[in-house]
Amino acid sequence: MTTADLQGEPFAPADAPWVRVSPRLATLRRMLLAGIGGFVTLVAAALFAMASWWLSVVVLLAGAGLIGWGWVVVGRAVRSWGYAERADDLLVTRGILFRQLVVVPYGRMQFVDVTAGPLDRRFGLATVQLHTAAAATDAQIPGLVPAEAARLRDRLAARGEASSAGL
Amino acid sequence: MTEAPAQRATGFRRLHPLTPLLRGWKLFAAAVAIAAQQLYGDVEASWLFVGVAASIPVALAYGYLSWRFTHFRIDGEDLRLETGVLFRRSRRVRLDRLQAVDVVRPLIARALGLAELRLEVAGGSSSEAPLAYLSEPAAQALRAELLARAAGLSHDTPEAPEAVLLTVPVDRLIKSQLLTVGVIITGLVLLVVLGFAFALKEISLLGLAAPMALSLGPAVVGPIIRHFDFTVADSPDGLRLRHGLLETRAQTVPPGRVQAVRILEPLLWRSRGWCRVEVNIAGYGGEGQSQTSVLLPVAPLEEAFAMLRRVMPDVDISTVEMHGVPRSARWVDPFAWRFQAAGADERVFVARRGRLRRETDIVPHERLQSARLTQGALQRRLGLATVHLDTTPGPVRPTAAHRGANEARRLLDAEVERARLARSSAPPERWMSLPETPPPPTVAG
Repeated sequence: MTTADLQGEPFAPADAPWVRVSPRLATLRRMLLAGIGGFVTLVAAALFAMASWWLSVVVLLAGAGLIGWGWVVVGRAVRSWGYAERADDLLVTRGILFRQLVVVPYGRMQFVDVTAGPLDRRFGLATVQLHTAAAATDAQIPGLVPAEAARLRDRLAARGEASSAGL
Repeated sequence: MTEAPAQRATGFRRLHPLTPLLRGWKLFAAAVAIAAQQLYGDVEASWLFVGVAASIPVALAYGYLSWRFTHFRIDGEDLRLETGVLFRRSRRVRLDRLQAVDVVRPLIARALGLAELRLEVAGGSSSEAPLAYLSEPAAQALRAELLARAAGLSHDTPEAPEAVLLTVPVDRLIKSQLLTVGVIITGLVLLVVLGFAFALKEISLLGLAAPMALSLGPAVVGPIIRHFDFTVADSPDGLRLRHGLLETRAQTVPPGRVQAVRILEPLLWRSRGWCRVEVNIAGYGGEGQSQTSVLLPVAPLEEAFAMLRRVMPDVDISTVEMHGVPRSARWVDPFAWRFQAAGADERVFVARRGRLRRETDIVPHERLQSARLTQGALQRRLGLATVHLDTTPGPVRPTAAHRGANEARRLLDAEVERARLARSSAPPERWMSLPETPPPPTVAG
């Protein structure tokens, strides 16, 4: 893709397509949203029911509406994550309202983390995070299949080794 | 001390024997402070006295043990530091990764002729290997030796000669601290309060004035004490900064360790042509940045540019072509959008902003750690985006805000490419050793 192709799409990768993260991440986040949001809504509705039943119905409807809206937003947010391995750097993009594109040269990587919490593991997901000497570098990729996370980690480490530089 | 001869044989050195007194003193001071608080409680005063008295031997014993178990040695390429009474810790600091060396002399240490040597390496939140305390000549000699080794020279190279580049006169420092918007507004309010107090013969109003006057203290007096007698000297080891009234600090920043520079021109300094220069240096990130990240507390612009040429040779920011931001940026930055500008030449990236308080960020391309493009919802509507260049932690966070979105992306791509080329031809970390032939830059696939 040349610069001319970027017209109107400043967040596109330059020469490789975005690799998107696993849609299972959306499932996981939706379940969390429905679980926690549903619980809060039910408790609130039960409390309001002591005052008047129609208030409790309003709370239930509002809670269901918010969860439904969150359901859609989570899907879009997860679809917005993407990464691309280029010859000399890794690109990571994310965000719908606040969009971000990070370019991390392989030679600048200090270390790579792969993390997976208990819920992530149950869903077969892992997060890869790159660290440079700059604290501001915000390059993490959630929602990777463990095999892909391990492959990415090893590949990044190998490329970092090949092109490492001092500070 | 049965083990002393053996340790001398392996070349381990100890800190100065007065160290236990200085270290223990802090513990004793803490005990006194706690006792003073308890005085208002229901504990009997005599018990407090016993407690404080008991803290003296405890403090001394602690100081003595920690001194006894602290050794250091220069081991070819590394500094080895062994510490800890119960939990032993052995640390190696790679000298070619040295970012800065500070000799700090707190007031009490100064009175005893002692100094603390701090080695700064990248990463970590505070100084990675503080050697507290050494005698002053020992600290100087050790600093010279560490820097010689870090430079790739023989360890018995004598301390590099230095030439004083500039000093900051005390009257300029004091004036600069008084010429801030906060001080002037507080001063005016204070005058009004005093005026009322005298006009109404209402002395109680003075009680209002006193805390206001005092509140200015730390903000005004702090920097004056910290940067008192600020001297910048140049030597083959790098820049040497010396400053401080009570606690003096002598910083040595080897060549090529400055990651980014910011030139600040506050509103009230501009009529005098003064500015302040702050830098990002990898080792200084976490600890008291305001103490260590200032290259020049207040100086005329010409001096600042001269200093910039010292820390970044053959960089001339006046020839960098600067580009403003599109008119639509006025919706997100109505007051200063005309003053947003960014540009780059083959050596550095420059970003400028601010109408009242003007800031200029300068980053050499080879110091770029990562680059980011961000766009908020409003910026997206207006077709704008912000470019962030990430360097090691410090006061300088170079950003080029509210640029046209496509131009911002081109800027980001160009910067990443320039950084790649610059990295492959960067000078060696051991700045005195001959440059190795750099690997040829790989052609982007």
